[in-house]
Amino acid sequence: MNKRRVLLIAGALIILGGFGYLIYGGIGSNLVFFLTPAELHAMVQEKGPQVHKIPMRLGGMVVAGSVKWDADNLDLRFTLADRSHTYAVHSKGAPPQMFKEGQGVIVEGTLSSTNVFESTNLMVKHSNEYRAPAGNGAKPRDMYKSLIREDK
Amino acid sequence: MTRLLGLTAVTTAFALSLYGLITIVIGVRTRRPHLVRSGRRAAYANFAMLAVATVAMIYALVMHDFSVSYVAQVGSRSTPVFFTVISLWSALEGSILFWGLVLAAYTAAATFFTRDRLGALGSYATATMLAVGSFFYLLLVGPANPFRLVSPLPLDGPGPNPLLQNHPLMAVHPPLLYLGYVGMTVPFAFAIGALLSGRLDDTWLKETRRWTVTAWMFLSLAIIAGMWWSYEVLGWGGYWAWDPVENASFMPWLTATAFLHSMMVQERRGMLKVWNLSLIVSTFLLTILGTFLTRSGVLSSVHAFTQGNIGYFFLGFIAVALIFSLMLLAGRSSELHSEGKLDSPLSRETAFMGNNLLFSVFTFTVLLGTLFPLVAEALRDEKVSVGGPFYNQMTLPLCAALLFLVGVGPVLPWRAASVKEVKKKLILPGVAFLLAIIASFALGARHPYALLAFGFAAFAMVCNVGEFVIGAQARRRAHGESALTALGRLIVSNNRRYGGYIAHIGIIIVAVGIAASSTYSVEKEATLRPNQTLAVGDYTLRFRQLWGEEQPHRFVVGAQIDLLRGTKEVGRIDPRLNYYDSQEEPVTTPAVRTRFTHDLYVNLMAFDRDAGHATFAVWIKPLVGWIWTGGLIVALGALVGALPLQKRRQVTAARPTEVVAA
Repeated sequence: MNKRRVLLIAGALIILGGFGYLIYGGIGSNLVFFLTPAELHAMVQEKGPQVHKIPMRLGGMVVAGSVKWDADNLDLRFTLADRSHTYAVHSKGAPPQMFKEGQGVIVEGTLSSTNVFESTNLMVKHSNEYRAPAGNGAKPRDMYKSLIREDK
Repeated sequence: MTRLLGLTAVTTAFALSLYGLITIVIGVRTRRPHLVRSGRRAAYANFAMLAVATVAMIYALVMHDFSVSYVAQVGSRSTPVFFTVISLWSALEGSILFWGLVLAAYTAAATFFTRDRLGALGSYATATMLAVGSFFYLLLVGPANPFRLVSPLPLDGPGPNPLLQNHPLMAVHPPLLYLGYVGMTVPFAFAIGALLSGRLDDTWLKETRRWTVTAWMFLSLAIIAGMWWSYEVLGWGGYWAWDPVENASFMPWLTATAFLHSMMVQERRGMLKVWNLSLIVSTFLLTILGTFLTRSGVLSSVHAFTQGNIGYFFLGFIAVALIFSLMLLAGRSSELHSEGKLDSPLSRETAFMGNNLLFSVFTFTVLLGTLFPLVAEALRDEKVSVGGPFYNQMTLPLCAALLFLVGVGPVLPWRAASVKEVKKKLILPGVAFLLAIIASFALGARHPYALLAFGFAAFAMVCNVGEFVIGAQARRRAHGESALTALGRLIVSNNRRYGGYIAHIGIIIVAVGIAASSTYSVEKEATLRPNQTLAVGDYTLRFRQLWGEEQPHRFVVGAQIDLLRGTKEVGRIDPRLNYYDSQEEPVTTPAVRTRFTHDLYVNLMAFDRDAGHATFAVWIKPLVGWIWTGGLIVALGALVGALPLQKRRQVTAARPTEVVAA
């Protein structure tokens, strides 16, 4: 093994080592946790104020009667719950068409210091089984029939 | 009837692949050429069997034969014929069947074109492909059997996943991906053939170069088509999210790209032999890992079809292939010595090694980010995902460095360059680098990586285009040809090299498109009532009305929008929501208006039928069209590089021992 080769291998090792360190740190500070309200509650107990810095996804059901939607300002507030715990959620931006009370949703963001979950992204939980929408029991085909017009 | 035909075909294919594998190995070992020939015929018959099974499945799908389990799972009488045919790959079992067909086709073709030329190496390669095949055919007879009997007979089925029948790109992305993924089996098989036969020179590389380039072309197109599909269907205004399924397609591309470069170092200089073997083994294993990630249900995504036990089959197969390959490599390591050595740090070899180092680190980063959540859940029972910022933070410096190498590599000569010559060649690209940075800064770009990307893109573009200009000019002087003739003949005279440079140019265009669209897009969301307007950038959107349309397999709600620039009306767009009967949530069809400098992207987020208002998300994203165009240029470059334009160099006649083995 000549000197140049040793140098080359040493150089490669240093670069790889440095990168390994970067990757390790990078993953640690960019983890997004998936939590339910109960798990978030436990995390608050455990980590204290630290928790407000952690990016996370919170999944649960939209509590009936809790939704306040200001369409003109695209401002949405609702309560998210699992079986034991609830959290108030605030979201800027339009919710997806399927967002409604009783729906399973996932919000992405952080828990603010006032214990309101500030969401930057709201996703509806997909279900592959068709369930007729609660209430009228109609399929979209029938629900939106009035939108069909001749002059479109 | 159809069901039994299909079932018989896949079962026969499984038996044939085992038969071929065993006869070839015994034939080579005991030097009985008739056994090898018989095994080879099994490879051809395999393809026929898979073709029969696939045709049977398509027939069953089109005829709505719901007694076939796969048809009952994805078929529906109301789905249009086009989407019915392509629902062949819209769920697990069908996609494995299609995979098997592609693999059988590659196996038969690669065996046919190398028969009687490569002796034991070629025979072992066929055996390796049959071994991989037997794994997939085992899946088809076992856990992923698409031909199970359904009883009682259903009257109708649910149709394919709505997301997968919403856009014609679904007819394009999966086949391309399979052609790319499965195609990597060919160079892998010949690498294993080289290791098993002990013929460790660059024969296996030379023989499989076209196969590798072709598979790489398909894989590149598949990734671009996947990005495009995500952009056109998911309605989030983006095309890449570092989602594990995206990473799954990207990782083998990274290692295959590294391989395409490092194989040249071996051919030219006889160096990096172990490295090249390792790279192609990694590429193959990453394609299988990708299939495991996307098909086993360990990740929740549109690609994850089931929660069955098929994951264990894949893990087992990966483990066996990994251990087998490593043992072979270790066993031959003493014979794999380097013939050349690095003469100078300023040479193309160094550029390629730098390229390989960067691609390896890139792959490692993506692999770690992809697997970390799985490991965290298994070990610590935590549900986590690795956020996009991690990937960007890690890979943006790598991308910038790679873009720099795309320019430097072609300029540097093999062995050793003189500093003076390199300086001279880099003056013009250097000027382009500075000008591009100044120009983008003047246009308002401030993001450091975007500035760097534009600078290096200009640098690399001048380097690569320069190679064409220099070469064509030399021909004009030497042969007195016109500029176009000279350029054409230059490319034909060394299509491999210039195909590579064309691919470089495509990659540079893709990089510029990604840098611009990810850093300088404008986004706005608003709820509009009829005839209300919204100004975004230069555009004004005037919402007219909601409309509905009844279609056989879905109900479409659209929002009619007049598009104005200034006061001039420039068009009408209709973003839609599609309601499929099988799913409560609608699938979006955003309105995308592509121009040379930017895309206008409008998604209908929500609507209120009674109040007549609708909520929109609007993006103006610069240079998105460059990504798709650049991707096509990359593929064109690969195609030029893979075409057999030059006279085939005579392969040295087989040695006597191999004649026996053949």
